[in-house]
Amino acid sequence: MGKIRDLDSTLAAIADGTKLIIPADYAGVAMEATRALIRRGVKRLHLVTLPASSLQAELLIGAGCVATIETSAVGFGELGSAPRFTRAVLAGTVTLKDATCPAIHSALRAAEMGNPFGALRGIVGSDLLTVRPDWRVIDNPFAENDPIVLLPAIRPDVALFHAPLADRDGNIWVGRRRDLFTLAHASAKSVVTVEALHDGDLLADEVMAAATIPAFYIEAVALAPRGAWPLKMGDLYGEDTQHLLDYIRLAQTEEGFRRYLDDQIFRRRAA
Amino acid sequence: MSTIKPEEVLIDVVLRLIAGARHVAVGANSPIPAAAAFLAQLMSPDAPSVSLQQSPEHNLWTDGGRELFDSAGQGRIDVFFFSGAQIDGSGNINLNVIGEYAHPKARFPGAYGSAYLYFMVPRIILFRLEHSRRTLVEKVDFISAPGVSPPNVFRRGGPIALVTPLCHFGFDKARARFRLETIHPGHGLDEVLDNTGFAFDRPEHVPETPAPPAEMLRLLRGTVAPQLAAIYPKFAETVFGIPVAAPA
Repeated sequence: MGKIRDLDSTLAAIADGTKLIIPADYAGVAMEATRALIRRGVKRLHLVTLPASSLQAELLIGAGCVATIETSAVGFGELGSAPRFTRAVLAGTVTLKDATCPAIHSALRAAEMGNPFGALRGIVGSDLLTVRPDWRVIDNPFAENDPIVLLPAIRPDVALFHAPLADRDGNIWVGRRRDLFTLAHASAKSVVTVEALHDGDLLADEVMAAATIPAFYIEAVALAPRGAWPLKMGDLYGEDTQHLLDYIRLAQTEEGFRRYLDDQIFRRRAA
Repeated sequence: MSTIKPEEVLIDVVLRLIAGARHVAVGANSPIPAAAAFLAQLMSPDAPSVSLQQSPEHNLWTDGGRELFDSAGQGRIDVFFFSGAQIDGSGNINLNVIGEYAHPKARFPGAYGSAYLYFMVPRIILFRLEHSRRTLVEKVDFISAPGVSPPNVFRRGGPIALVTPLCHFGFDKARARFRLETIHPGHGLDEVLDNTGFAFDRPEHVPETPAPPAEMLRLLRGTVAPQLAAIYPKFAETVFGIPVAAPA
């Protein structure tokens, strides 16, 4: 079977209980795929965000797909907070592993290298150390009296992201969205949606190859034009701000959130 | 000149605080810092590099989100900005929870990069658009990032100022205390004292914050505001009356 598949088969690698990593809004968020996962009713995900998320984590949490989330932040920036994430944390219906952005980068970089842990300056004196007993402070063995934090490597089962281009072999062109390399390298498998298919070999041209994730990291790819909507996709299209504002307003109540799911996710499939 | 908006006074204060910086980085949800950074590029003889973390079209990074943290870790970033659900008198910031962590009364998005960048960037400018006893507290409920560190902890930076709609505080690292520098036009010392939950130092006479110069306002409203609208549509609509655009 080739790597270019339909959306539902592409997402087959994401099972109940999968440790799934997703990128921040600037790097290419697979929203069409997220809607498909919610329609399928995936459960008990261990979600990791590199390093923060907005609508994607928010919808998965609100729809009951997430058991644990490890993140530096979930929110809509200046547009507002993420109502279902906030509600779930306050109600204790999701397990939250609070992090800070470079700690997630460092733990993933350790996984990219096959190392058991990453090391990071800062953090000492933050209460994050209290609520993250898996983060340890050691004394720098190469100096005197120099505390430094160690972070266990994060090795996701699957990375899910959206990119501009794939070729027929499943090589993925990501441009300057280098976080997607980190996701693919650190995770056992990657599943990807793309704006368009590229005729020819992305690795054949040096300019394109330098920004291409080789197919051996990639499990499957599905075509999903405007697949990051209503989030932005770099230079290709902007965020649908009005949609996000409408969402935030609706999702203040569980009933409003259900209405959003019905209108935007369950009904859109029939359309 | 139409009435000067409070946000414009804040932008001008931040503009003066970032003078001389080589590289100013701006995180998520920071329209006032972004406006000041864009202005610095237009107005300073040595225009700083400006990087907006969440906006690849407005940054210099080519190695993903980690490049900001890697650069900061090496001392390549001079200025960064944070806010906080709570900020306390020792410069600790709380971006996580109000109340007990295990059973919080309120939850915020999360710590972002604060627990690292607060240590690594020499000039951290704090800004808080709600100046109240609820936000500026004696002690934060949760330390996302500490204001000061013991001498053995590696630290090249930290808070230098706190800017609010009422005033501008400087931060004295040695004393781990804020010091009131200026009060914005239209506000007074009693108002600052009444609305601040932490104790702070102050001179006998607290000067008034200077009004933004006409040239700054012209550039801000004419050139910077449309740039901001693409990144912070809600802010640009509220402050500059630029309508939220439909997606392209």
